[in-house]
Amino acid sequence: MAVTEDRVISGLESLRSSAPDGLAERVLDGLGLGDAYIKVEGPIGPLFVAYGTHGIALVERATDAGQFEEEFLQTFGRPVHRVERAPEWIERVIQARVWGSGRHVKVPLNLEQLPDFERQVLMKTLEIPRGEVRPYAWVAAELGRPLAVRAVGNALARNPVPFVVPCHRVVRSDGRIGNYGAGGPSAKRALLESEGLDTAELERLPAHNVRFIGSKTTHVFCYPSCRNARRITDEHRVSFRSVEETRRVGYRACRVCRPVDAPFRVAVA
Amino acid sequence: MDELPARLATDLDGSFADLVRTHQDLVFGVALRVVGDGASAEDVAQEAFVRAYRALKRYPAQRVAELRARPWLAQITVNLARNHIRARRLHTELDEAADRVPSTEDGPVKLAERRDDRRMWARLLASLPNRYRLAVAFRHVEGLSYEELAETLDRPVGSVKSDVHRGVALLRAAYDAEQRHIAQKEAV
Repeated sequence: MAVTEDRVISGLESLRSSAPDGLAERVLDGLGLGDAYIKVEGPIGPLFVAYGTHGIALVERATDAGQFEEEFLQTFGRPVHRVERAPEWIERVIQARVWGSGRHVKVPLNLEQLPDFERQVLMKTLEIPRGEVRPYAWVAAELGRPLAVRAVGNALARNPVPFVVPCHRVVRSDGRIGNYGAGGPSAKRALLESEGLDTAELERLPAHNVRFIGSKTTHVFCYPSCRNARRITDEHRVSFRSVEETRRVGYRACRVCRPVDAPFRVAVA
Repeated sequence: MDELPARLATDLDGSFADLVRTHQDLVFGVALRVVGDGASAEDVAQEAFVRAYRALKRYPAQRVAELRARPWLAQITVNLARNHIRARRLHTELDEAADRVPSTEDGPVKLAERRDDRRMWARLLASLPNRYRLAVAFRHVEGLSYEELAETLDRPVGSVKSDVHRGVALLRAAYDAEQRHIAQKEAV
């Protein structure tokens, strides 16, 4: 029986191939179009966002374009040019990460110039949901380095991509808001408020020795800003000052926020 | 639907990356059909985009805004690829192209079959006379429309259409002949 035309055409279609990996990058780098930056609106004022073919590389509050370009040159050893409109993937990442709209997106970041540990800290921080905070000690514990709290703080202070990697969502275990590289504590507070967090409440709780919130019905305890903690009604809400205390009454840690004690608290407990 | 040319016209440096990412498979594929091997096709594709960028930089904004990117890029690529093989003075060999077909999720056996099948089609396609081979490949492998194909090859639509039909008919005949040949061998 003779072969049909459809069979021939589907055979031909099977020969279609994709461009090899890295072709676009080589073209763009060769043309000097590898790195660009745009000005976008941010929740507490405009931002400069620089990106290369490998991802977002540098984010800063937009004040002085010349200074931003200079800093890029110093950090990466190559110039960056300003464009008026970002490629779609950048817009999607900004919408999702800075404004919290849209579902989960892949966030390509160019963190090649950072030491391993700093990169790990930033990738972990990327997991903290919008409108929630975690202590520095949580990041350290999650990375399997529970004592490296100060190193986490230093890594976040040097975060080259604030707003995209939400270092503002990492606070001190004692409830104080902590420092912030992109404009100090007041900017950090404004940013958290813009995500719907009550920062006054956030700071008030630990002052009253409330570090964790538990539910009398589920016997699960969380960080106060965890979405699961916020669902607990006043009537079923119970507060704890340490993980040790939750153990005594047989509560288990929330699987979403995975609360831990700060290392110095374990030592005193 | 396609607002990319309008963006290229107003902000070439900012939107050229989108052009490259959107059309890199087509440009690479077209180059591969002409030059036959992946490494050369990659060189040609890269050069084609550089030429495209320089051309866009020269063109008046109006012309950029009205650009039909696919046939335009395909044409640049075909011309460069032809120069490339002229310089190389080698015959087009499509078997190699079939060898570097991207991997699939299939297991080893299925993949081997698939590759054999692909290799067969690549071989049959390669055996077509030049005139039909590129027309068939650009239409049915790379998925250009007849209008895009006509523009790419700088020939009337009717003429490329008849080349594609004739080429597909030749492929059917070649396939049938090959199957008969295999059947005869097995019968002996």
